[in-house]
Amino acid sequence: MDRPTVTPDAWAHLAGATPARIALGRAGDSLPTAEVLRFALAHAQARDAVHTPFDAAGLVEQLAALDLAPVAVHSAAPDRATYLNRPDLGRLLDAASRDRLATVPAATPDLAIVIADGLSATAVHRQALPLLAAFLPWVRREGWRLAPVVVASQARVALGDAVGQALGARAVAMLIGERPGLSAPDSLGVYLTLNPAPGRLDAERNCLSNIRDGGLSHDLAAFKLAWLLRQALRRQVTGVALKDESDHLLVDGRAPMLLAD
Amino acid sequence: MVGRAPYRITVGPRTWTFADLKDLMAKATPPRSGDRLAGIAAASAEENVAAKMCLADLPLKTFLTEALVPYEADEVTRLILDRHDAAAFAPVSHLTVGGFRDHLLSDQATPETLAALAPGLMPEMAAAVSKIMRNQDLILAARKCGVVTRFRNTIGLPGTLAVRLQPNHPADDPGGVAASILDGLLYGCGDAVIGLNPVSDSLSVLGDLARLIDGVIQRFAIPTQACILTHVTTSIELMNRGVPLDLVFQSVAGTQAANQGFGVSLALLREGMEAAQALKRGTVGDNVMYFETGQGSALSAGAHHGVDQQTLEARAYAVAREFRPLLVNTVVGFIGPEYLYDGKQIIRAGLEDHFCGKLLGLPLGCDVCYTNHAEADQDDMDTLLTLLATAGVSYIMGVPGADDVMLNYQSTSFHDALYVRRLLGLKRAPEFEAWLSAMGIAGADGRPLPQSPSQPLLRGWR
Repeated sequence: MDRPTVTPDAWAHLAGATPARIALGRAGDSLPTAEVLRFALAHAQARDAVHTPFDAAGLVEQLAALDLAPVAVHSAAPDRATYLNRPDLGRLLDAASRDRLATVPAATPDLAIVIADGLSATAVHRQALPLLAAFLPWVRREGWRLAPVVVASQARVALGDAVGQALGARAVAMLIGERPGLSAPDSLGVYLTLNPAPGRLDAERNCLSNIRDGGLSHDLAAFKLAWLLRQALRRQVTGVALKDESDHLLVDGRAPMLLAD
Repeated sequence: MVGRAPYRITVGPRTWTFADLKDLMAKATPPRSGDRLAGIAAASAEENVAAKMCLADLPLKTFLTEALVPYEADEVTRLILDRHDAAAFAPVSHLTVGGFRDHLLSDQATPETLAALAPGLMPEMAAAVSKIMRNQDLILAARKCGVVTRFRNTIGLPGTLAVRLQPNHPADDPGGVAASILDGLLYGCGDAVIGLNPVSDSLSVLGDLARLIDGVIQRFAIPTQACILTHVTTSIELMNRGVPLDLVFQSVAGTQAANQGFGVSLALLREGMEAAQALKRGTVGDNVMYFETGQGSALSAGAHHGVDQQTLEARAYAVAREFRPLLVNTVVGFIGPEYLYDGKQIIRAGLEDHFCGKLLGLPLGCDVCYTNHAEADQDDMDTLLTLLATAGVSYIMGVPGADDVMLNYQSTSFHDALYVRRLLGLKRAPEFEAWLSAMGIAGADGRPLPQSPSQPLLRGWR
């Protein structure tokens, strides 16, 4: 009765070739206890990321300290359960938010930045400010005029269209928590849309995804966003017609100092 | 009492009215978030049951004369009505929807009679009867439906369950894909297909991945087939360039407009099928198509015509049926909680989809799955997997550890397949089972054998 109850796999040396869960071994034909619990933990973290309350007030304070004149808005989805069931409401501003944005002085900014919880407030809490810090030097270098930064709760990507339109911005960048996966509960996505207005199609946006530790770095994401915005404003297009060719400018895989043409 | 449109039924002191057939179908469907999102669901639990009662009294043949999506406007409706086999329908043409349920559960309905009936059934009829069936009815009736398809092996024989080996990698890394393929094969998975969802759209990357999987199949003489799950136009282009493709994949939906959202038409699907058949790569059959579907895709594309998502899903099976596919699976929990909110809705939808597909004569499999924003977990997947396996599902997914690291959702694992085989005594496709035995991967009882570095697959792996 001394035989081990878990049968290891003879190909464990291949496990490093992929992040996929291979060579797990088996107890009988089933998963070993350690893997069952490892999986459960990853799922729990992803679930918590979906349901962790968004600290919009805290974010507004931090943005105010950076002189970014933050404005908080809320979608028409009043709570998380409604948000998950009604994606249509997550794309609309509630009435109070529409009124609030109407009072923001308009000066045809080049870019409106919206920071939104999306499906992972955890991602926003961890990635949004570092990404912004990496992006602001590009804004200064290029001389872009920024609208007040908007913090949006219970928001879907398309909410940025309504915000961008209300602020009269030439483009909107939506920084939003991505749907959490088991390997990454804290990935941030950025969607850049030219001439934002309700009704824009997903095909009219450029997307940077997987912004997190171990994914796309804050510096690289900031550079790519700057490259895309410069091209978008010049060529008057975002989406499938604007391919991300910024990789040609990388120096040893790192962001360059300038956006050469 | 049932009247013509508008449909009415009196239950106790109250008379319920339904504006038309699609309204009746939508109100009768079991509760789900997608129909509420579309604004077409029953407003109360009692209205839901009243609609079921009204639907149960509806003559089946009503669907032949009242199209839910207009014939003139939709090529899927035209396909359904133009292909309808009145002679095959004759044995049940006198029945109501409720009477049809009784028939399906009776001893009059056998695998032979149901196979003969399939061409006479419209997807709307299958959807209608499913709405008044309980989960156990869906399981029992589906189990009577035998559907067998072939390419390099035989899928769907009684007492078998196949598995798609899904070796996805977040960067399409060939070494990573190969490692997952090896893992799956050594766990006895891959008889349905070795099917990769690539990240890339690049023809050269896809060509390399197709050659990688084909190389494994050829080198070890594995009686199975490969598929790169990319758009049908991309598959056609790859074949034009001489890339070895076995199966042609496409996502399909139940309306012309939703299919346009996928960038496909019936004519384009036919072009893809004919291109793959012309390669004559199958050894025991020429079923070359692989389709995926899922409730909610039409609403998601703004192309639902006010029809409930489960009925539209059944209509997608009419699209699939036209092309004699090797494999069709509903990706039941992938679309998200706005369409199927929780484990209960996902489980119900999986059983409905499997039943409707089988009744219509399709080799239906299921991606038993969920996303992290749905109210579901691995326990719900265990439940649905076990139910579907008892219902005779043609195949399931095999994802390493159930965690798809490319698509970021959870499905079923190689271990899950072993669990359900052991529990229910389910075999693999016979050709693949024989190969596993010859390779020393599985024993005569089908269970995996301990492996050593001298295993030919491991020795031959670069």
